[in-house]
Amino acid sequence: MPADPPAVSRASRVGLRTVALVYLFVLLMAPLGLVFYRAFENGFGPFWEAVTTDAALNALKLTIIITVIAVPLNAVFGVMAALILVRRRVPARPLVSALIDLPLALSPVVVGLCIILVWGPDDWLGRFASDAGIQVIFALPGMVLATVFVCLPFVVREVVPVLREVGTEQEEAATTLGATGPQTFWRITLPAIRWGVIYGVVLTTARALGEYGAVAVVSSRVSGQSETLTLFVKQQYDQLGDEAQIGAYGASVVLLVLAISVVLLMNLLNRTGGGSHGDHR
Amino acid sequence: MPRVALPDRAGRFGAPLGIGVAVIYMSIIVLIPFAALIQGSFDNGLDGFWTTITNERALTSLKLTVGVSLVVVAINAVMGTVIAWVLVRDRFPGKAVVNALIDLPFALPTIVAGVTLLAIYGPGSPVGVNLAFTRAGVCVALLLVTLPFVVRAVQPVLIEMDQEMEEAAASLGATPLVTFRRIILPNLVPAILGGVGLAFARALGEFGSLVLIAGTLDTKVSSLYIIELIEGDKPGSAAAISVTLLAISLASLLLLSAAERWGSRHAR
Repeated sequence: MPADPPAVSRASRVGLRTVALVYLFVLLMAPLGLVFYRAFENGFGPFWEAVTTDAALNALKLTIIITVIAVPLNAVFGVMAALILVRRRVPARPLVSALIDLPLALSPVVVGLCIILVWGPDDWLGRFASDAGIQVIFALPGMVLATVFVCLPFVVREVVPVLREVGTEQEEAATTLGATGPQTFWRITLPAIRWGVIYGVVLTTARALGEYGAVAVVSSRVSGQSETLTLFVKQQYDQLGDEAQIGAYGASVVLLVLAISVVLLMNLLNRTGGGSHGDHR
Repeated sequence: MPRVALPDRAGRFGAPLGIGVAVIYMSIIVLIPFAALIQGSFDNGLDGFWTTITNERALTSLKLTVGVSLVVVAINAVMGTVIAWVLVRDRFPGKAVVNALIDLPFALPTIVAGVTLLAIYGPGSPVGVNLAFTRAGVCVALLLVTLPFVVRAVQPVLIEMDQEMEEAAASLGATPLVTFRRIILPNLVPAILGGVGLAFARALGEFGSLVLIAGTLDTKVSSLYIIELIEGDKPGSAAAISVTLLAISLASLLLLSAAERWGSRHAR
């Protein structure tokens, strides 16, 4: 870094800095600060009570269950899809890539609608499920499917560039030396792409924990039963009264702390992993 | 660097079994549901589709959605570039924290974004500003959730960009404004457009952060209108609006990437 950027005068530099910081303060820092303040306004006790009610704990449990199912599924699929996209001859590769990115282009509400249209008891796939006695829509399976849909692209998108960059020489060498396919994968490929995988998993986890729209559409939204933490926030916010307000702010703070941890983790990973992840979308 | 398509040997884990599993997974999770959406939107034929999306309320919601999204990306283009410039070329205490904070909207659950904004700019606002159920409120929520796109697109380009050019222009007597317009901006346009495209697509479909802030007739963006249709048991109409929204989003992305290509061809 050069000592002092001379192309821009000190005055305009300070001016731009002020504009940027005021904008960020008004849009991001002040609102976040106030939520923390509101949650702890009456001390830690009321906050703790609000986030440990049965409804809140059930919501947390459901969010964790959904995340624990969705993240590993998408991690395995993500690595497989990336390997296929990079190392195989894929017909119409741009189209396949675009289809994998499709969940990013769809409104979360639309994702929920897709799930309803295909998994309703009389619909394409829902028929088989209801024959087997499984209710998908307005039940846990639907919420999991919606979350998996929304989070599908993250691991693929992070692993593809890393896989391109590491190349194939080491894998070829391993194969030449007699390693089997699985051996090559576990000993060579996976360690080489691990930072990409971890980064993708972090993004997937963040999205799975925080998804609202897609899950809201397919949940029956029964408090204490089919509410995730994000649905709990909405339900509490809609209720009048101080207790519900603290519930909404309290659960928001829990999710906010998770989000901040994710951002810190991403920063850490960027440093450890060589900073090859310019865009995390 | 050129990558030659490999013979099967090195990539054996992409074996047919793996491809099969990936295709089935992808189909069940995304492709079949998406096909059902397309089919659902034409439940009442092409005419039905057309009547649904040209219905007055549908058109109002689509116009509103596109309108606020355009306002939001215009502000993003300017503020995103300013923030990126400040983060790359300026130095001040706490810069690393600010830089990390930019990513927060990506990790922040959208419903929390809504609660957060209403805490300060909603009913009972401590600063006396109530944006609930106003279009300004919708814009602020969209600005928050789309904040990182332009910043993160422009930042790496600015880092790569040679500062010598700027210095040369300055030493030849160019004012900062001229340097910015003639030297910096042309190099940043493709990145800004890229970020703007993603922000626009995101703004069109945004739901979670708006569900608490919007919902009255003149703040009902398309995603909220779609929810209303779903809850009113009109999934076919909801699907038609959804497909239209997606079409607008894809068309704008295509348009922008064409503009980007045109821009980079004519930049030199």
